[in-house]
Amino acid sequence: MGMGSPEALLICEHCDTVYRRQLLSRGDVACCMRCGAELERHHGLGANALLALILTALIVFVQANMWPIVTLGLNGQLSSTTLWGMIIAMWQEQAKVVSVLVAATLFFFPLMKMTMLGWLLWFARVGRRAPGFVPLMVALHRLGPWTMSEVFVLGALVAIVKAHTYFDVIPDPGIYAYAALTLLITIFAGVDLRRLWDDVPEQAA
Amino acid sequence: MSALPRAAELGLIACTVCGLVCRNVPGHPQLDGDGVDDAMACPRCGATLRRRKADSYMRTWALLIAAFIMYIPANVLPIMRTASLNDIDDNTIISGVVELWVKGAPNLAIIVFTASIVVPMLKFLALGTLLVSSQRGSGWARVQRAKLYRLVELIGYWSMLDVFVVALLTALVRFSVLSLVEPLPGVIFFGLTVVLTMLASMSFDPRLIWDGKDTDD
Repeated sequence: MGMGSPEALLICEHCDTVYRRQLLSRGDVACCMRCGAELERHHGLGANALLALILTALIVFVQANMWPIVTLGLNGQLSSTTLWGMIIAMWQEQAKVVSVLVAATLFFFPLMKMTMLGWLLWFARVGRRAPGFVPLMVALHRLGPWTMSEVFVLGALVAIVKAHTYFDVIPDPGIYAYAALTLLITIFAGVDLRRLWDDVPEQAA
Repeated sequence: MSALPRAAELGLIACTVCGLVCRNVPGHPQLDGDGVDDAMACPRCGATLRRRKADSYMRTWALLIAAFIMYIPANVLPIMRTASLNDIDDNTIISGVVELWVKGAPNLAIIVFTASIVVPMLKFLALGTLLVSSQRGSGWARVQRAKLYRLVELIGYWSMLDVFVVALLTALVRFSVLSLVEPLPGVIFFGLTVVLTMLASMSFDPRLIWDGKDTDD
């Protein structure tokens, strides 16, 4: 059968069904007819818009990590913490596994994801493949679900409510920065980063 | 050939890392369609091309069982100690939920209950069901099973919630003798449970759901 080039085809990751690629218009999402998984969605945001969002997310991320998240008060004593305060506290309290988990999923992986993506998009906006394009794209894929900032925001909310019964709770700028970061992450959740493979053709950069 | 051809029928293979559709190299001795040891690199990203994830059943079972073993101490052992001047209070996951409910935050209690108890249990049951039914090549409720897998993938990492709560409270509640929060071993087991269940759902290959005898079209 005449299939044309393999680039014109699309294979559902969830059930291996083969489709011809369709041109999608704004807001369109192609779904698999066999298993219902999403195949592809329209690229709503260009590389420039994505880069702007990534830079915003990086700035907010720095703020979320620098500023204290919340302050507790008890009889005039105050106690506050940043994300790194949490990581250090867990390390000192004999919960090193948890300390490493928190550092990886809330600091290192999100930071790696944003800087790698920023680097790739910086070149993609002028139609070029960034140096290290292939290994970085593979690394981005492998990072997958291991960034958990949005889970932490909900966790902070639960911790605040728990602490509220015993202490005075004063929310600090860090928690607002985290809330903003969660919004940005939600926007990125709808973006299929694999499109960069097709958007930026291979050539001598 | 059915109306919805699958990759193997057309001699194609999809790269799981970059999504590139590759043709099976004709006569390539290792790409014989049996799903075993199909070692070939994707021309675009260099990842190994496989028809199905390597040893999917065995790895998923092993990780799922390991996660379940960790899940027992995670629930039995306390995850957090609250010490104040006159009493010491050790909290398990369940007692934390009960405390939230009693102290007048029932909606948050439901969220924590969902993240810490419902989601891990759902993952054990769902992945167990998917493994058993796929290994039998069952054609039962394939579309629903495919949806179940995607749900597990989507909600899996929210279980980390309780771990973050303990970490934040530990760092915050440090009023020397007046009030202190310490993490207890339960939280380590719980964190490991979440990581292991996430690895288990990543090593399951949803395409196996559709690999049994065709009854749907």
